[in-house]
Amino acid sequence: MSQPTAKTWDEFMEGVWRQNPVFVMVLGMCPALAVTVSAINALSMGVATTFVLICSCALVSMTRRFTPKEVRIAVYIVIIATFVTAVDYAIQAISLALYDALGAFIQLIVVNCIILGRAEAHAAKNPPLPAMINAAGMGLGFTIGLFALGSVREIFGAGALFGVPLFGEGFQPWVVMVLPPGGFFVLGCWLLLFAAIERRKQRKLVEVTENV
Amino acid sequence: MSESAFQIFINALLANNFVLAMFLGLCPFLGVSGKLDTAFPMGVATTFVMLVASLCAYGLNLLLTAFGLEFLRLISYIVIIASAVQLVEMVLKKYSPTLFRALGIYLPLITTNCAVLGVALFQTARDYDFIQSVTFAIGGGAGFTLALVLMASVRERLQLSDVPSVAQGTALSLMLAGVLSLAFMGFAGLGG
Repeated sequence: MSQPTAKTWDEFMEGVWRQNPVFVMVLGMCPALAVTVSAINALSMGVATTFVLICSCALVSMTRRFTPKEVRIAVYIVIIATFVTAVDYAIQAISLALYDALGAFIQLIVVNCIILGRAEAHAAKNPPLPAMINAAGMGLGFTIGLFALGSVREIFGAGALFGVPLFGEGFQPWVVMVLPPGGFFVLGCWLLLFAAIERRKQRKLVEVTENV
Repeated sequence: MSESAFQIFINALLANNFVLAMFLGLCPFLGVSGKLDTAFPMGVATTFVMLVASLCAYGLNLLLTAFGLEFLRLISYIVIIASAVQLVEMVLKKYSPTLFRALGIYLPLITTNCAVLGVALFQTARDYDFIQSVTFAIGGGAGFTLALVLMASVRERLQLSDVPSVAQGTALSLMLAGVLSLAFMGFAGLGG
């Protein structure tokens, strides 16, 4: 039984790390940059997206045998929109403050490319369970990416994390970080960092092979 | 009803530019902005879809409100947008096959362009009347095109410059977008 487990784990980790939607595939950028002004917003957005992702991938995968090829995209979109409407009403019921902070971006989860991309590339070809696991991994990867953006922007832009002040009175907030340009800059910096790490890894690999 | 149509237009075009201030429609912004001669048609096509979507969404919203079916709003909007995109696709395929091929996968992807759905959702959320909705859609589309064209021109020139190889690609585009966005911050307050 070890082999299927390993494969499942691999599918899960693919979304979290190797194919991370935010840092590697650069998908779903709109919500990733717009709502990540604070860590808590970023986390809630990540969780909401993950929920929609898992549910819609499950349903897409269950209906994959009777979905006609020609209208599949429309079917996926309607499935996704249904779950997003549910999430929209749920957030409104749970926390009105959060609902106001996220604004239209909850409804805009519908057009998040990650979800449609997963439905088309994975869920449409696989049985429900693997599709859900893959979706969960992607969702977790997306949440991690959002959190990485949101926490950096909140720490620099407001001098706090989860609303708890980190630096003393003397800290001068770096306002640009919570403004739109900050979103682009922070994501750019993360991408640079990952590119640099990747570069180093490859150089090491080359050195090792040359020595052999 | 407090905002005049002109204010809405300027707001959507510059002060609250869809791409650079509200982060809507970033996928095509980063994807198609490599060359100027695809960026501009892409902007125009998106503007057209926005306009159609906005008109339909306005009518549809009246209908949904009349029957108390607001919870179907999102689903019906997205279906309308998908049909509008299909229409643009067919027109382009017929009249300009070269352009159709150049835009490639990004054309059907207008459906999942947040900016288009954003127009429909924002005009509903802000209770715009008919004239306001139309100006909002045109302003937003023009702003999208403007951002796309600016970005494409900068990126075309950057291809000739000496950039550290590690920074090439998306990271560089994002930094550029950040600088552009910083410039657009200067328009804040213009729309009043």
